[in-house]
Amino acid sequence: MSAVFTAGEPAPAPTPAPKLTPADARVTTAWQALAGVEDPEIPALSVIDLGLIRGITPQGDGTLKVDLSPTYVGCPATEVIRNSVEAALRDAGVGAFVVTTVLSPAWSSDWITAEGRRKLELYGIVPPEQSTSLREMLRMNRPVGCPRCHSTDTECISEFGSTPCKALHRCRTCLEPFEYFKCI
Amino acid sequence: MSASSARVDAPALFHYVLRLGDLALVLGQRLGEWVGHSPALEEDLGLANIALDMIGQARLLLTYAGEVEARGRGEDDLAFLREHGDYLNAILAEQPNGDFGHTIVRQVLIDAFQLELYERMTASADERLAAIAAKSVKEVRYHLRYSSGWLVRLGDGTEESHQRAQAAVDALWPYTVELFAEDELDRSMADQGIAPRLADVKVAWDRRLDAILAEATLKRPADRPHSWHGKRGQHSEHLGYILAEMQHLQRTYPGARW
Repeated sequence: MSAVFTAGEPAPAPTPAPKLTPADARVTTAWQALAGVEDPEIPALSVIDLGLIRGITPQGDGTLKVDLSPTYVGCPATEVIRNSVEAALRDAGVGAFVVTTVLSPAWSSDWITAEGRRKLELYGIVPPEQSTSLREMLRMNRPVGCPRCHSTDTECISEFGSTPCKALHRCRTCLEPFEYFKCI
Repeated sequence: MSASSARVDAPALFHYVLRLGDLALVLGQRLGEWVGHSPALEEDLGLANIALDMIGQARLLLTYAGEVEARGRGEDDLAFLREHGDYLNAILAEQPNGDFGHTIVRQVLIDAFQLELYERMTASADERLAAIAAKSVKEVRYHLRYSSGWLVRLGDGTEESHQRAQAAVDALWPYTVELFAEDELDRSMADQGIAPRLADVKVAWDRRLDAILAEATLKRPADRPHSWHGKRGQHSEHLGYILAEMQHLQRTYPGARW
């Protein structure tokens, strides 16, 4: 943007991170590019909302290392996501990069961002419980609230829904089926 | 590869990783047979999702096995181009699906085994196996919740479902002995801190199975000595049919991709 300042007028305050190196700028560009990469199964959420991008770090040889964490080991979307991430990085012109799969620490639904949880809810999918104890996660003592009428009189129809990450529930009050993003 | 695994005898580690990977692959293939045939849409989805997780585990494990072997074989070479006798899964995994109750019992037995094994393997001296175990164990908890939930419903259900569930437990129980039969390879992996002691896994598995069977009002059969050795490549005839179906495409059109 070309701003014109008359003499004597104070210049605008510098941005919070004024000493960006060229490598930092590439990292920022990469994060911005990946914010536009949708999850193929839940297009309302980006790969960043889901917490799948674990880090973007410039390597000694100038290559950007992008750490990608799969949600479930058998999720068929994993390869689509990887291809979309690579395409977005290429389109953004970040230069040489390598996308590595990170297994450890294993992806957790706790890594879904606050923004991601909000988007899930708007999309009609109940966001996962956060940091529940194993016992609660496995027995699911607490009923999942219906995203439509907010009744807690609901039941789990199937542990496995349309994708590995979701379970199928039904509201006994409004009788609508809905999906719950499993806590993992 | 971690520093510790560099000291490990590579052929031994290769064979050990194949045992885990083949168990997941063969069970995943078996579960896949249910797609389109399950008693209800929800169960079709459930079994297919577990099958996918199994194949995902198998991909991670077979890829690692190929790297350990260091002869240029990748996951696809190991899955599609090995022979019957090269598969090292315990033969429980290759047992036919039978009725839904039979499939569920096989699943409970293996889910509980994987759960107890992987939970302990997260502390493996082999970083790669520790990472794969940590990733997989989270999913296996859901598998067991699904399978044990069904076993309780079938066992503590109607007279018919109870009788069928008990028949499946009786038929499949003998094959569980092999899961815990520690041989030289299992012992060597445990000595090096790569794998947990199978005796420890068995204690925890017993406790879990006793609780599930009690809730399902099913009787636990006695453990008997076994004479099969899928973990050493001696399989039932069932594996041949599984491989024929699974490997047909790659063998007919070598290197086929899509």
